[in-house]
Amino acid sequence: MKRLLKGGHLVDPASGIDGRFDLLIDGDRIAQVGRDLPASLAEGGDVLELGPGLVICPGFIDMHVHLREPGQEHKETVATGVLSAVTGGFTAVACMPNTKPVNDNAGVTQLILQKAREANLARVYPIGAVSRGQRGEELADIAELREAGCVAVTDDGLPIATAILARRALEYTSMFGMPVIEHCEDQSLKGDGVAHEGPVAASLGLRGIPGVAEAITAGRDILLAEMTGGHVHIAHMSAWTTLEAVRQGKSRGVHVTAEVCPHHFTLTDDLLAAPIPYDTNAKMNPPLREERDRQAMIDGIVDGSVDVIATDHAPHHYDEKNVEFDRAPFGIVGLETAVPICLDRLVRAGLIRLPRLVELMSVNPARILKVPGGTLAPGSVADVTVLAPDLAVTIDRDALRSKSKNTPYHGWTFTGGVAATIVGGRVVFSNPASGWPAGRD
Amino acid sequence: MDAVAAAAALSQKNLLGIADLSPEEIVLILDTAEAMKEVGRRAIKKVPTLRGRTVVNLFFEPSTRTRTSFEIAEKRLSADTLNVAIGTSSVVKGETLVDTAMNIEAMSPSMIVLRHGSSGACHLLARICKAAIINAGDGMHEHPTQALLDAFTIRERKGRIGGLKVAIFGDLLHSRVLRSNLLLLTKLGAEVWVCGPATLIPPGLARLGVRVTTRVDEAVEGADVVMMLRIQLERMEGGYFPSLREYFTTFGMTEARLKRARPDVIIMHPGPINRGVEIASEVADGPFSVILDQVSNGVAVRMAVLYLLAGGAEDETVA
Repeated sequence: MKRLLKGGHLVDPASGIDGRFDLLIDGDRIAQVGRDLPASLAEGGDVLELGPGLVICPGFIDMHVHLREPGQEHKETVATGVLSAVTGGFTAVACMPNTKPVNDNAGVTQLILQKAREANLARVYPIGAVSRGQRGEELADIAELREAGCVAVTDDGLPIATAILARRALEYTSMFGMPVIEHCEDQSLKGDGVAHEGPVAASLGLRGIPGVAEAITAGRDILLAEMTGGHVHIAHMSAWTTLEAVRQGKSRGVHVTAEVCPHHFTLTDDLLAAPIPYDTNAKMNPPLREERDRQAMIDGIVDGSVDVIATDHAPHHYDEKNVEFDRAPFGIVGLETAVPICLDRLVRAGLIRLPRLVELMSVNPARILKVPGGTLAPGSVADVTVLAPDLAVTIDRDALRSKSKNTPYHGWTFTGGVAATIVGGRVVFSNPASGWPAGRD
Repeated sequence: MDAVAAAAALSQKNLLGIADLSPEEIVLILDTAEAMKEVGRRAIKKVPTLRGRTVVNLFFEPSTRTRTSFEIAEKRLSADTLNVAIGTSSVVKGETLVDTAMNIEAMSPSMIVLRHGSSGACHLLARICKAAIINAGDGMHEHPTQALLDAFTIRERKGRIGGLKVAIFGDLLHSRVLRSNLLLLTKLGAEVWVCGPATLIPPGLARLGVRVTTRVDEAVEGADVVMMLRIQLERMEGGYFPSLREYFTTFGMTEARLKRARPDVIIMHPGPINRGVEIASEVADGPFSVILDQVSNGVAVRMAVLYLLAGGAEDETVA
């Protein structure tokens, strides 16, 4: 089956394309990119005339999500998670291993992949645990995890417990060219903290987590990556001091990459005090930090020090969040809010242009995880995200397709949204209000 | 007296913290408390103001002084009072705070007085309940009636608050009493100094308009009011200082250290005091101490808060 997408603006940084181009898909592959491709090329298939302003991009990949299955299906399942993903414009997600049981063996990896095949929406790339049971004691069977389909390892939710284990993980994974994804947080400095350590937490009487708790672990792992030649990827970077450590590492040629979440470049800890004091939907880990940190994340996105925007999609049930602030779990959902936030606050705000956004959300995640996609070059997988940069979007938690509704963006309005999501040549999500041709999915 | 005039009424339904009060509202509460204190001097210490209203004292943390003080205040105003303590409630069965609150709310109390170990617990309740919520201490956040009774005591002794040097000593990191006092005293124009070990000073404290020091002598110098905070022994497992002995020798309030204060200094403490830890017995029991006055005034101040939140003097006649 052939599909011809006509009339869009096509952005494919890997091919150096940023202009008015048509895209021909044949089956599950990209067949051709060109100006004014004739409709006859799609003989027997679909010709989709895109509305004005739509942008065709290689499929977005969220390399940091929690799908909660197995073990916490009341928060999310693989099926609801990938539905949320394609609704948010993501053609693929990489899911964290802190499930119950932990994804530290091939059995759990295979279960996740089986559920993903059944759901048949976004591609799912499991990430395995660094240590058995994420206990920080001994390496998990990383070669077996890789064989089963894991694309990286992490003890996310926790940092790798000791420097020696981080060293071994970086050495061991270097054999396979896999990244070690690190949740950077010195546990002794974090203590029982629940919010960024600063004036806001001090006035609200909340126990603090200082920014340097993140930078200290990042610094440790960047030095170990330098020593071992391994690849460390810094997850959900939030503190300006961490960004400094990443920049220094990159300038010395260390194999370090870093991701930032939309909430860390749009929100600060002021959200803990107002408009809803002690809002548990403003509680995540790493915590919302100060303006200096937020601005640093923007700077890193603009100057190239940041490689990836990932959501850290962390669904939690309403009941779990409807408690005292210090008892609520950390985390917010992110898959369905990321594209509107990025289009509005980064591209529309004039901070970056679309090709840079595509690098952050497609090219670089594909390169770091060594997974298909990240380009629309002929022969590539036909994973496509079609953006509607002029679409007005109001976030409504009740309309989210994730099983959980824990977002601090409820009621926020953004300009920019998703027109369609195409995975392996199939249109798995489309929004008729966006200018996507109706009745064609 | 202070330049600030009293407000006519409170603008909010709840008392969640001093942060929500204007200087005029604070003065209104203090002025009202003076009238309430007079009730306490009568032979029959009871007025019918809150007759027919139910007040629930919901205490998730142990408290003798605050709970007793609220209960006496409620009874002197003729409210029907009910004490729910954690040991006897269904919370031990795993019920959430929200469920507990909704069940109490379903019985239509007029007010809920809440003491809870989590900062912001009162805000959570206020979002759910129609009843007025009075914060009797939430985690490390605020303890507004304590700050109000402290202000009442200072004003009673000094005739004013504006322009006084108030020095506060102790655990500045975990103390809800400190937070409420800082907000209140700065709103009424006092010069506030805080002093404690560097490990117990939260970041950004100086931005709240107070002077921060780790040197006791500097803070005591010329002070009109010396307020000691309780060192919570149960928190000291965090290793904030080496030993109680060293704490006392470095930060404890002794007669010798107090010599730098003004000759008419008053010594305050929210209680319960740790003798020989944050305060020497000679100071706690000495001539400058107003610690027991604070306790007496607590009842009058809480009567004032209950009265004002109930809508002031409006008379409810049963048909």
